[in-house]
Amino acid sequence: MRNSTKTRVKLLMNEMTSSPHPFGATRQRQDAQPEPVSAPALRAEVRNLDFWYGATHTLKSVSMAVVDCKVTAVIGASGCGKSTLLRCFNRMHDLYPGNRYAGEIQLYPEDRNLIEMDPGMVRLRIGMVFQKPNPFPKSIFENVAAGLRVRGVNGKSLLYERVEQALRGAALWDEAKDRLHDSAYGLSGGQQQRLCIARALAPQPDILLLDEPTSALDPIATAKIEDLLTVLRNTVTVVIVTHNMQQAARISDFTAYMHLGKLVEYGVTEKVFTTPQSPLTNDYITGRFG
Amino acid sequence: MPSIPSSVVDADNECLIGGASEAFLCRRAFWNRVAAWLLFTAAAASVLVTLGIVYVLIRDSIPFFEQVPLSEFLTDTQWTPVFKNARFGVMTLVSATLTVAAIALVVAIPAGLGLAIFLSEYANPKLREAVKPFLELLEGVPTVVYGFFALLFLTPMLQTVIPGLSGFNLLAPGLVMGIMILPYTASVSEDAMRSVPMGLREAGYALGFSRFRVAAQVVIPAALSGITAAFILGMSRAVGETMVVAIAAGQNPNFGFDPLEGAATITAYIVQMAMGDLPHGSIAYQSVFAAGLVLFLITLLFNLIGFYLRRRFREVY
Repeated sequence: MRNSTKTRVKLLMNEMTSSPHPFGATRQRQDAQPEPVSAPALRAEVRNLDFWYGATHTLKSVSMAVVDCKVTAVIGASGCGKSTLLRCFNRMHDLYPGNRYAGEIQLYPEDRNLIEMDPGMVRLRIGMVFQKPNPFPKSIFENVAAGLRVRGVNGKSLLYERVEQALRGAALWDEAKDRLHDSAYGLSGGQQQRLCIARALAPQPDILLLDEPTSALDPIATAKIEDLLTVLRNTVTVVIVTHNMQQAARISDFTAYMHLGKLVEYGVTEKVFTTPQSPLTNDYITGRFG
Repeated sequence: MPSIPSSVVDADNECLIGGASEAFLCRRAFWNRVAAWLLFTAAAASVLVTLGIVYVLIRDSIPFFEQVPLSEFLTDTQWTPVFKNARFGVMTLVSATLTVAAIALVVAIPAGLGLAIFLSEYANPKLREAVKPFLELLEGVPTVVYGFFALLFLTPMLQTVIPGLSGFNLLAPGLVMGIMILPYTASVSEDAMRSVPMGLREAGYALGFSRFRVAAQVVIPAALSGITAAFILGMSRAVGETMVVAIAAGQNPNFGFDPLEGAATITAYIVQMAMGDLPHGSIAYQSVFAAGLVLFLITLLFNLIGFYLRRRFREVY
């Protein structure tokens, strides 16, 4: 891993010395030097990212880290740019004309700027789950297999194996195993959203992006998704955008707070929620704003 | 009468509601009723005309079916109403009608689908707006022009490639009819595709799909019932189309599905009889209504299927 990254992570670590060791389960890299505090590996790092929707400047020099196999939450009021930031990670903005990026999102370990990569290649590596469940008008099986097929997985037994694995990973296997070939529209909203998570997980993405995945769901379905994210923690790198602060506090390891297109605060979730550094963050989490 | 606050009573003591006088409100209600009645009359007229057509078709077909048993009508393979030994096998006309419609669909489905995919998924709004007037132009060409195009241009051209092709045949009018229904099927399919929510496309792109894969695996399956409806409604147009077949398909009632031979379709037969001087009340005269009734039922069936599918595709999401 490059030095610059490591220093950043160390800086990050210094902030967290008061909190209990959060990186017990982090993978150690072979070539890592012995460190006083074992540094977590970064999966991606946003550096001075700017974004414009036409003439509207929606992201202003945003910098933050995405730690490997951890859940990073992005919180903030409506219109603060949190979804815009998330959609930069898989270059979703490229689907619409008039959008412009400036800056970097480095993808590790190979250290490439995904803003300069082919968007199709980026999306093959970074999965996404949307606000509204959006399964394809196909069977449950074909929904999960879709991402595998596009990556050239075709063998029937392999597909079944990976589909089952993904559905188990998304805690949907027990409900879906007897109706794999029924339409995905027969599932409830919460089940559809877990199906979308399974679909995104099946190709084993480097990063899983979740854009307010529970905002269209009832409290019970929301709780199920949150449980699921807690299970995924430590095995998958997750970036989640949420307007629900309690949700961010419950399920994330790191939290970023955004305000009017700027990243105001970023750090270990517990610290952000207990001793926020910025008065803006403090106002938001105590409910005085937004 | 409930008491009215002084603020809503004006100097002439006329009653005001929200600044409007009672007389004004009365006038407004009156004209509202007039408008509603006029609109209702317009709607009722179209329903009444349809019912009237059905009534005439049925009324004049009844004497026909009193002389020709339904079983013969549906199973005989000869249609010779003006011969001495008249035969009434309507399937003769139906076979030609369906053959032409099928050829039209073979042209219209791939071309219409390709055009719809291009307009809905590939073309930017500017290009889309530039292409659409041309489609409307294609739709506005008089059918008699299409008919002569098939007879005098397409048939001779096809004869250089297919030596066995008759001067009157089902192939050329079928192909031309495919082009004729193309604008309709393409624009209805495009509507169906564009009403697929963007979120569904994003789901495909987010998995790493290419544009074509999104079109083929996400948009088309989601819009499938709408697309099917477009082609069924297009087929029903082809079945009812008259000029092209009357001009280019010939007027010989032949049972069979050979596109290289000429054959009279239901519509071509009706035109032929309508132009001749048939004695009113003769069996040949009545056979026109029987054939018309069959045509009506076929298009009605296609339209019902098409509208059912169109309604259904709106409920998918």
